[in-house]
Amino acid sequence: MERAVKKYFAIFALPTLIAFVIGFIAPFIEGVYLSFCEFTTITDAKFVGLKNYLRVFEDPTFIHSLWFTALFTVVTVVLINVLAFTVALLLTKTFKGTNLFRGVFFMPNLIGGIVLGYTWQLILNGIFGLFDRTLTYSASYGFWGLVILMCWQQVGYMMIIYIAGLQSIPGDLYEAARIDGANSRQCLFRITLPMSMPSITICTFLTLTNGFKLYDQNLALTNGQPSDMTEMLALNIVNTFYGRNGWEGVGQAKAVIFAILVAILALLQNRMTRSKEVQQ
Amino acid sequence: MNDRPKHGWIYTTVFSIISLIYISPILMILMNSFKKKAYINRMPFQMPNEKTFVGMENYVEGLRKTDFFSAFGYSLFITIASVAVILLCTSMCAWYISRVHTWYTKAIYTLCLISMVVPFQMVMFPLSKISDMMHLGNPVGIILIYLGFGAGLAVFMFTGFMRSVPIEVEEAAMIDGCNPIQTFFRVDLAMLKPTLVSVGILETMWIWNDYLLPSLVLDLRKYKTIPIAIQYLKGGYGSVDWGAMMAMLVLAIIPIIVFYLCCQKYIIKGVAAGAVKG
Repeated sequence: MERAVKKYFAIFALPTLIAFVIGFIAPFIEGVYLSFCEFTTITDAKFVGLKNYLRVFEDPTFIHSLWFTALFTVVTVVLINVLAFTVALLLTKTFKGTNLFRGVFFMPNLIGGIVLGYTWQLILNGIFGLFDRTLTYSASYGFWGLVILMCWQQVGYMMIIYIAGLQSIPGDLYEAARIDGANSRQCLFRITLPMSMPSITICTFLTLTNGFKLYDQNLALTNGQPSDMTEMLALNIVNTFYGRNGWEGVGQAKAVIFAILVAILALLQNRMTRSKEVQQ
Repeated sequence: MNDRPKHGWIYTTVFSIISLIYISPILMILMNSFKKKAYINRMPFQMPNEKTFVGMENYVEGLRKTDFFSAFGYSLFITIASVAVILLCTSMCAWYISRVHTWYTKAIYTLCLISMVVPFQMVMFPLSKISDMMHLGNPVGIILIYLGFGAGLAVFMFTGFMRSVPIEVEEAAMIDGCNPIQTFFRVDLAMLKPTLVSVGILETMWIWNDYLLPSLVLDLRKYKTIPIAIQYLKGGYGSVDWGAMMAMLVLAIIPIIVFYLCCQKYIIKGVAAGAVKG
């Protein structure tokens, strides 16, 4: 059968492959090459070696956005997962309206980052306005504003994943534990949590990469204000490209570093949580 | 996990209150869209009264400024067409990858995995130049780019599913005289339906809300999608017409809520299923 299928490469695989080359592989290779060049468009690229990379680390805005992003990611990963897991635990109990509540929690996820950003800009400014401040008064306001926005958007999504995980835990485990005299706290820490490790792996992976790659929300909520202090990595890279003349190569070098960072984080995270998963 | 709490009604009440708070931002937008723009930013928590109520004025102004309905049309067209193309092409590609085992199918699969992690900023500059050169900066051309950039996740999820399809069924179909194309469309596609729904929903959520990619690729003088139209409402240096902004946010959220109410069941199932394979 394999031989019969193999002849149909042009019909089955080729359309996707062409698009994949145009949309991803070619720009990716070009991007890596351009990070070693000085250029304003692709055609006038001049090879300059590692110069761009050296300039990246002399750029204080990049270093700042790197730390800002790292801190933001740590805070949101912890908050979102703890909240989502708690809500999932509560909403898998039987009481009236659980389906409706799940629906409500999930809904913000469908709304895009730009729309969410402006929505929360209004609300947060309204709250800060009560104290005669604005969202852009200091960087920490913007930071926590972004954290609240991200939680509001993502808790529902992660909750759905945790609920699916919780529902796949076989009920006889709890029965056996109860017969052995385990209380509900022991059940939570000895059964529910270890058995939820696969969903925890997925959810930490998703929140980690979402936090690190955040762009739309950042652009719409604070746009880096005050004076680039709330600028995250993705926004910093875009601004380097399209806001500063002669920095295109540096922007591309930043993007390469960014991609490598995300890849390392994803790999590390995967290894760490996978090792804690238990076999059923 | 089916333990019934003794006081179910307490849970119901508490969660009702939390849910109300949870959707209050959306209600606030709706409320403010009927207020005079000078009052929106200063006192967003006040209900509109005779002094601040302006009726549909913000909506009229917003529609004039953004040309919202054409943006809505482009968003709708780009999303539906791209998702349809992605589903068709990547499911076929995934089937080929999981049925033919050679070096290049393995390479395609690995590249798809890599593309899922790489942030968009990595490819954005070359991609926008390439799409300029190939004249892809229109609602039809961008479909090709979405197919390329969305292929990673879709191929990954479809291949995960294809591996669980019993190959004997396909062999039986081939012995009965089906060629691979007929086998795929008559045998596999029917079994593939739940995964098609999952992938379709994930890609729809992504493309409908995407901002950076279309804003770099599309010719913005002619085509804007909803997120772009909203971002462009904001003038230079942060001067925002909050009246028009509120009205347009409401118009941007309404289709999402309608879509959600229509297919809530599929969306939630799709997300859960997508995550298990991811």
